[in-house]
Amino acid sequence: MESVLHFFYTNKDAIFIIALTIFLGLEVISNVPSVLHTPLMSGANAISGVIIIGGIILVGHADLTNLSDGSNLLNLILGIFALIFATLNVIGGFVVTDRMLEMFKKKKK
Amino acid sequence: MNTLNITNGDIILEFIYLVSALFFVVGLKLLSSPDSARRGNLWAAAGMLMAMIATMILHRNADGEGIKLTNLGIILAAIAVGGVFGAVVARRIKMTAMPQLVSFFNATGGAASALVALIEYSNPENQSTLVTLLGLVIGSIAFSGSMIAYAKLNGNIKDIFSKWMTYINLLILAVVVGLLLYVLFGGAPVDVKQILVYILLAVSLIYGVSFVMPIGGADMPVVISLLNSLTGIAAAMGGFIYKNEAMILGGIFVGAAGTILTLLMCKAMNRSLINVIVGAFGGGGAGIDREKGIVKEISVTDLAVLLNYSSKVVIVPGYGLAVAQAQHVCSELDELLEANGVEVKYAIHPVAGRMPGHMNVLLAEADVPYEKLVEMDQINPEMPKTDVAVVIGANDVVNPAALDDPSSPIYGMPIIKVQEAKNVIVMKRGMGKGYAAIENYLFYADNTRMFFGSAKESLQKLVNEIKAL
Repeated sequence: MESVLHFFYTNKDAIFIIALTIFLGLEVISNVPSVLHTPLMSGANAISGVIIIGGIILVGHADLTNLSDGSNLLNLILGIFALIFATLNVIGGFVVTDRMLEMFKKKKK
Repeated sequence: MNTLNITNGDIILEFIYLVSALFFVVGLKLLSSPDSARRGNLWAAAGMLMAMIATMILHRNADGEGIKLTNLGIILAAIAVGGVFGAVVARRIKMTAMPQLVSFFNATGGAASALVALIEYSNPENQSTLVTLLGLVIGSIAFSGSMIAYAKLNGNIKDIFSKWMTYINLLILAVVVGLLLYVLFGGAPVDVKQILVYILLAVSLIYGVSFVMPIGGADMPVVISLLNSLTGIAAAMGGFIYKNEAMILGGIFVGAAGTILTLLMCKAMNRSLINVIVGAFGGGGAGIDREKGIVKEISVTDLAVLLNYSSKVVIVPGYGLAVAQAQHVCSELDELLEANGVEVKYAIHPVAGRMPGHMNVLLAEADVPYEKLVEMDQINPEMPKTDVAVVIGANDVVNPAALDDPSSPIYGMPIIKVQEAKNVIVMKRGMGKGYAAIENYLFYADNTRMFFGSAKESLQKLVNEIKAL
């Protein structure tokens, strides 16, 4: 319990941000025509690939001088995979969303 | 981070994170209106690109060291691999397979979050065990769940459902929570805990599978949207690990938006989220013992004449049209009829296809003008004035049982009221049941005629016949 309270206190700024962001998220999405549900889901999906920043930080600060230590090497390899997966999510997500929306564009020639 | 030693770079980096978070918000806002949607997607992508580049150049670790050149090379190589593969797949995939692709990309995002959390767990400098473990659990569930959703939509896995599954799922979830609490508060040595974390990862992956497994294929869009919000939350947990505002904001924002989107989708099908997760579709619906009429077929010549001399035709496309890749022939039929003075419209059910909006995308690909696609609520009042309603490869979305049979599993789902049109033509491959496996009395109605065959061949025959008239 104590660690939860401690967590709350040390992250209180972030928790305030979260509370407000949740409302923002709800507010922005309400009243969307059902036609746009799929592209919107796909676009949001691409944004959830923001973990890519974590991957960059992780691999960016990996210690390359001490790779003979097995766990360092394993972590580096896992980190590279995390980065590849996150990039798939981000780039694939934005490209496929754009492709869906491209279709709507053609309405008037 | 060493607070005594803040450089200009740190300040610029934080400022850029703020701007990219705002870009995400503006992007999703623009995405929620048809006219600005494409711009919105670009805004969000620009926000992401900014945050990525800024991190590579400006990020410093706790010792104040920036990212070294060799590390940067590895990062760029990994991004190149993922980026090229992602872009090529996203460009090449057939539009009909798009729902499973979205699910696949969601799975990769979840996997990335789980991996980052797994690595950071063993990092002694990481103090926030709680969020790390949450990121691991949520990311793994999102990953394995999305992969199952992918396989279901792709037709690799059939629905498995028994009442037991609900209890088994609760049990697995209890194990996940128990393990998580024990690793957090229990008094085991570090190396034992490390092993427990691997077990936690494995059980979370199993939970993702068993959670999605019993949910009917027709409900996959709702599930993907739900898993999408989980991926967002997992990314936000990663943000807590690194105290990174762009990740926290982006992740939570997607989590919240994904949740509301999930609820909106449920609403479009008139079902509750609990109902989707616990109660699977299928079977049942035998409450009212109706007199089955006789199925009446129509010949291609009769159909061609009927359509050509109507004044108003409404086409109701379904997934059958999509799988048969018949949208182009359908558009040809439409142009032919319009040239002969027939008014043609398309009635789009909110869940036509496999995802909301899927059908609009497919028809737009076949150059059907946007204005001709009419949503369910607008087209229903026009139905009594419609001469012919042509149902192509759709079933459940035109099943009148949803209106008048309280025992039907789809009772209460809004439908396109084709039965009110003067004539109804149903193009189907056979008398098989639809995705929800429910009998459709529309097929036996007096004003219904069946035209059997694959959507593409049927439409092609029809187009040729009308040309020959």
